[in-house]
Amino acid sequence: MTPHILTRSLDRAATAFVLIVAAIGVLIPLSNLLLPQGSMFQVPTYLVALWGKYVCYAILALSIDLIWGYCGILSLGHGAFFALGGYAMGMYLMRQIGSRGVYGNPILPDFMVFLNWSKLPWYWYGFDKFWFAALMVLLVPGLLAFCFGWLAFRSRVTGVYLSIITQAMTYALLLAFFRNDFGFGGNNGLTDFKDILGFNVQAEGTRAALFLLSCLALIIAFLISRAIVASKLGKVLIAVRDAESRTRFLGYRVESYKLFVFTLSACMAGVAGALYVPQVGIINPSEFAPANSIEAVIWVAVGGRGTLVGAALGAVVVNYAKTFFTSGPLAPYWLFMLGALFILVTLLLPKGIVGTFNSWWEKARHSSPDADSAAREDGIGAPNAAE
Amino acid sequence: MNVMDTRATSAMLYLDGVHVSFDGFHAINNLSLALEPGEMRAIIGPNGAGKTTMMDIITGKTKPDEGTVLFDGTVDLTRLDETRIAELGIGRKFQKPTVFESQTVQDNLLLALNVDHSVRGTLFWRGSKAESERIDKVLETIRLTDARNRLAGSLSHGQKQWLEIGMLLAQDPKVLLVDEPVAGMTDVETHLTAELLKEINRNHTIMVVEHDMTFVRELGVKVTCLHEGSVLAEGSIDQVSSNERVVEVYLGR
Ligand SMILES: Nc1ncnc2c1ncn2[C@@H]1O[C@H](COP(=O)(O)OP(=O)(O)O)[C@@H](O)[C@H]1O
Ligand SMILES: [Mg+2]
Repeated sequence: MTPHILTRSLDRAATAFVLIVAAIGVLIPLSNLLLPQGSMFQVPTYLVALWGKYVCYAILALSIDLIWGYCGILSLGHGAFFALGGYAMGMYLMRQIGSRGVYGNPILPDFMVFLNWSKLPWYWYGFDKFWFAALMVLLVPGLLAFCFGWLAFRSRVTGVYLSIITQAMTYALLLAFFRNDFGFGGNNGLTDFKDILGFNVQAEGTRAALFLLSCLALIIAFLISRAIVASKLGKVLIAVRDAESRTRFLGYRVESYKLFVFTLSACMAGVAGALYVPQVGIINPSEFAPANSIEAVIWVAVGGRGTLVGAALGAVVVNYAKTFFTSGPLAPYWLFMLGALFILVTLLLPKGIVGTFNSWWEKARHSSPDADSAAREDGIGAPNAAE
Repeated sequence: MNVMDTRATSAMLYLDGVHVSFDGFHAINNLSLALEPGEMRAIIGPNGAGKTTMMDIITGKTKPDEGTVLFDGTVDLTRLDETRIAELGIGRKFQKPTVFESQTVQDNLLLALNVDHSVRGTLFWRGSKAESERIDKVLETIRLTDARNRLAGSLSHGQKQWLEIGMLLAQDPKVLLVDEPVAGMTDVETHLTAELLKEINRNHTIMVVEHDMTFVRELGVKVTCLHEGSVLAEGSIDQVSSNERVVEVYLGR
């Protein structure tokens, strides 16, 4: 009756998810590296990078589902945490370029030389070391989320108002990072990366390793999220989502719970961004665009809010569709299609793909004669459609 | 704990000269009321009399503009927030039954248990035998043992009312504030609820708001009638219901 925190969180669906992601994480790089080029089963390098990007988006979606699906916090600014993690990694990659830049300055990145800066700004210190950059990948988004959440949750900003100020936050960062004098490469952002931990970022082997690492990060993020939602803390989060003031009257400090998941979720988004940047080869202010954050919320809605697996699936499915449609003659209409998809899902599949499948499965099990009470083991129902 | 003589009052709950207005509308007007430890008090009054608002004040949801609100003779409730007041031992059942609809009946009770409510405590929580025994006992008391694995949202209105009372039992507060517990219940359920509250009253102080006079009569406790935010009459149910002014506010319009 009192299973351990990890075993409790691994039900059948969760185990299946972990195994599938692990298999993809191993098989795609192996096929890319070992099979002869042009062979039917060989995954070309450009696809490894593309799918690596999807996996990073899946981590971002997971982080959004944790707060939105389980705690009712609709952040429309999560792209900001993703981008900050990306910038932290980008700064490390910039400093690895060293004297190989166009201007050959051993310390200053090209854009600083171009701006006639004579020395490295203090906030670029330490980013030549990987461990420091890795720490910042977690710390910068985490700290911003903590301060933001501390102010917002303590003043009991909820619902639409919270969503609006998260949009404002990412928009403010967008404007700041656009400025050349902000010290992050302005409009162009950070790019022309050479190597990471001594390995060429363009090399097939590095790309394969980054893909594997992204899958690993997705698994870890998933396991952490599962452990949380399957614990009693997860039940409190759902209580906050469904009846916040009731939860307070039971003696729970709701703002602490929100602050905890919000900060954790921002750190997860930061890691996603950090893995994304070396795989796409660039980070620029457009990652802070409010529309990006909204898109990420749509992935979660499509896949199934409050299911974790659905969030990851939604990110992959929607982005696959995006790649497909934006590379064809329908490209100019993609945003309309995305909007239509969101409306259709909201109207026809309010629980998303996985949520709908789950309820269908539950029904099928209950109507079959040998249905057992174990069906309820998960204990977590789909969220109410309304926010 | 404080010694007796520093206490301002012997009352468990003490309200004196409380005023609350919403945008100039005086919802609570010079309200004074005292509940002795172990007492059960029934609060009646027409709609809009301020009964729910009074509970909002006691539980920290609404801050009074003026007046004293003391718990246990020493604690000034007007300075504390909902969480802190709940931790002190004041539990509340809402007028509109409020349970966690997407969670099971037993999870609702688990959430209500007065154990460690910190983030860390709930993250690393591992159920104990004592906890599940307490939940079993509450389930039995509120007659929902068979529904323990059902989602609370699928319960009938009356069952939700009971689940919420069960959550109060699990919370085991010193004072229970119960807002319209028998609304939407059948006569049998109403009778059982009265029995249940009397049972709980053996070791808890209770304030119960209710319109249903049969129910209030069955409780057989002291009654306070509120009207326009202050006390109109106080006494036994017979005294209060024969009071001219009470009759006037109930029937006179
Ligand atoms: N938050 C609020 N804002 C404005 N008016 C309120 C608020 N809460 C209660 N009221 C008003 O205060 C009066 C008392 O309400 P309430 O305490 O709910 O009455 P009761 O529970 O006795 O029926 C009503 O007229 C109601 O409209
Ligand atoms: Mg009321």
